[in-house]
Amino acid sequence: MTFFFKRMAAGAVLSVGLALPVAAAECIAPANPGGGWDFTCRQIGKILYDIGQVDQPVQVTNMAGGGGGLAYSHIVNERTDDADVIVAASSATTTRLAQNAFGGMTADQVRFVGAIGADPGVIVVSADSPFQSLTDMMEAMAADPGSVAFAGGSAAGGFDHLKVLQLAKRAGIEDIRTIRYIGVDGGADAITQTIGGFTQGMTGDMSEVVGFINAGEVRVLAVLTDERVPGFDDIPTAKEQGYDVVAVNWRGLYVPKDISDDEFQAWADKLQAVADSDDWKAAMEANGLAPFTKVGGDFQSWVDGVIAETVELSREIGVIQ
Amino acid sequence: MDLFSNLALGFSVALSPFTLMLAIVGCFLGTIIGALPGLGPSNGVAILIPLAFTMGLDATSALVLLTSVYYGAMYGGRISSILLNIPGDEPAMMTCLDGYPMAQQGKAGEALVLSGVASFVGAMFATIGLMLLAPLLARVAYLFGPAEYFALYLLAFCTLGGIASKNQAKAALAACIGLAIAMIGLDNTSGMPRFTYGNLHLMDGIDFLVAIVGLFAIAEVFVFIESHGRDSAVGVKLEKVIIPWKTIAGSTWTMLRSSVIGFIAGILPGAGASLGSFLAYMGERAVSKDKETFGTGNPRAVAAPEAGNNSAAGGALIPMLTLGVPGSGTTAVLLALLLTLNITPGPTLFTDRPEVVWGLIASLIIANFVLLIMNVPMVKIFVKILSVPPMLLLPGVTMVSFVGIYSLTGSYFDLLLMVAFGVGGYLLRKLGVPLVPIILGILLGNYMEDALRRAMVLSNGDWSFLFSSYIAIGLWIAAIGGFVAPIFLRGLFARPKAGLTD
Repeated sequence: MTFFFKRMAAGAVLSVGLALPVAAAECIAPANPGGGWDFTCRQIGKILYDIGQVDQPVQVTNMAGGGGGLAYSHIVNERTDDADVIVAASSATTTRLAQNAFGGMTADQVRFVGAIGADPGVIVVSADSPFQSLTDMMEAMAADPGSVAFAGGSAAGGFDHLKVLQLAKRAGIEDIRTIRYIGVDGGADAITQTIGGFTQGMTGDMSEVVGFINAGEVRVLAVLTDERVPGFDDIPTAKEQGYDVVAVNWRGLYVPKDISDDEFQAWADKLQAVADSDDWKAAMEANGLAPFTKVGGDFQSWVDGVIAETVELSREIGVIQ
Repeated sequence: MDLFSNLALGFSVALSPFTLMLAIVGCFLGTIIGALPGLGPSNGVAILIPLAFTMGLDATSALVLLTSVYYGAMYGGRISSILLNIPGDEPAMMTCLDGYPMAQQGKAGEALVLSGVASFVGAMFATIGLMLLAPLLARVAYLFGPAEYFALYLLAFCTLGGIASKNQAKAALAACIGLAIAMIGLDNTSGMPRFTYGNLHLMDGIDFLVAIVGLFAIAEVFVFIESHGRDSAVGVKLEKVIIPWKTIAGSTWTMLRSSVIGFIAGILPGAGASLGSFLAYMGERAVSKDKETFGTGNPRAVAAPEAGNNSAAGGALIPMLTLGVPGSGTTAVLLALLLTLNITPGPTLFTDRPEVVWGLIASLIIANFVLLIMNVPMVKIFVKILSVPPMLLLPGVTMVSFVGIYSLTGSYFDLLLMVAFGVGGYLLRKLGVPLVPIILGILLGNYMEDALRRAMVLSNGDWSFLFSSYIAIGLWIAAIGGFVAPIFLRGLFARPKAGLTD
């Protein structure tokens, strides 16, 4: 009997340990373990501790819900002056803010402290696809927008979907609503569907397809960056093929709005230190991230620009009114 | 002889006194985590990830610890199913159906030993499958598109009638309640929220763990309070535990059949262990000669889902390792762990990082043997839990339920939801509505709907797309057969006593 209670107590202690904030810095991943936000928190948290920027291991809390909205409202409503908390963010965060998917909350209710890496957007086909270049694909779509179906890891209207729509607009396709898109559970699932031949194209992030590129199972038609990505120099950008679309899924953090400027700057400096560390460079390389460092005030103004742009595009395609 | 040199490599990485100790600790913690309602394998592993990093474990040691917890939790889930009629995690749900009646008949020890052995057989089968065929089997996922997945989930729902042989209408009603609950949340195909009433907590839908703990554990507490313990499930008869060699030998084929079914369900991303244990149970019921004893404490009905879910747990590692597609919540957590260790799963993982893959396989084998050894002698201890008076045990269950659910998202909303499910579960129990189909509806409803919607997007609304491949047609035939066969068979084997039940 005592034995049983000891066990129960052990379970309770373990989980309480996870749920309660402790004195150490806390990184909130607004999703279940396993995704990009979770990666951001765990990797940045680990490096912050390893390079001595914090004296205790960073506590990672998974707060899934509302596509990140739950964590956002938690910060805005309950911890708006807590200087010990950072929250993982990415393009999905700003896309959802732009599309008013966080129940009326707006981007100016937190401070975006920085991004230290970006996952370049890619358009991928299976190795046996008839499309050899982005031009081939866009021409087929211009002739019949419904002829190419895409799979992506985000829901309809999400970041992966928007990439395709942006390209289609650049290709002069008027009726972009007839383009077929299915949102599946993550990029790996999307690529499985594309290799299986159920969809003709996959839209996602570079990190999601690295293993499949190395195995020779897919062909990347275009990467959505300004320059070619180091390490993947043979993959052309969409820009050089005549479709001026740049879409990268940055990995970064936001912090509560009401912390002092000094505290904000302290996080910016710590983040810069992570960006400069060899550990982070190794982690980026292993995960297909391209260098993309914007920290502090620069980043905040860049985010504002991105959100304005997304609002405009979303309105154009009817995702928001 | 690549296989043996690879295995030797794996064991050379994974077998040291320190990692062996980690495996034992992991198996022990995993079993407890699995047994506690509300704490399943996925939060068990998630809880231990920070611990592994704080301890400064290297990649292999961390993998050994966490896979031991994973397998341990899969074993442990059955314990509270059998002893308390409360599933410790979602795949253990099917074990309640016959495990608990066995316990009521005073055969708790037998049920625990048998299910322990079945878990071992299932897990070993899957580990061997992973070892021999992983790169090959990864290609199976390429054959399953939206139409095939839809037919697969349909198969599960079509065989549902057999779960409650007493009143199929109530089973169907329960499944519909589950499907309705599954509708809540963000609709993947249109990107629009449904039935959320602007509440952010409902945007991601209702977590099935909340539903399970509410419907089973909290409802149990209400029943207990009402009856002062007389009608409560807690407090089954005790008997001396002897290893039931004969029953084990008699279930050999059951375990093997169920392992195969579970393994296939595990390989397919999305379906996972719950579908594996469900289909294994239903498959066993379909081939057995004594169908009517299913649900009343048939030992083979205990062995089947346990072999099935443990085999599925191992099978789910295949798409995770070779495609980076996690087939279940727990493999998603393990995927996160690999990524944090800078190991990127994908088609080339087996050739790029053999020491990781074979170390993992070796640690799975080690965990399995540790768990078998741990679970057979420890059965006595677990049965002793029953000697705790229910007046102490139930508050304990309640406490653990609240803590476990709170640790999921750290929000009070889930706790309220859990209590609401508890009240609902209590009422449904009074009305004689089975609870398992509700959980299946919540669990598979989303997947099934998404699959259908995606199929319709891809085919521009052409229904014939659903029958466009041999796999889909085969699954449709099995589904229709599963639905129709019981109706005819009932007429064929009509016995006088059949009229007595409803």
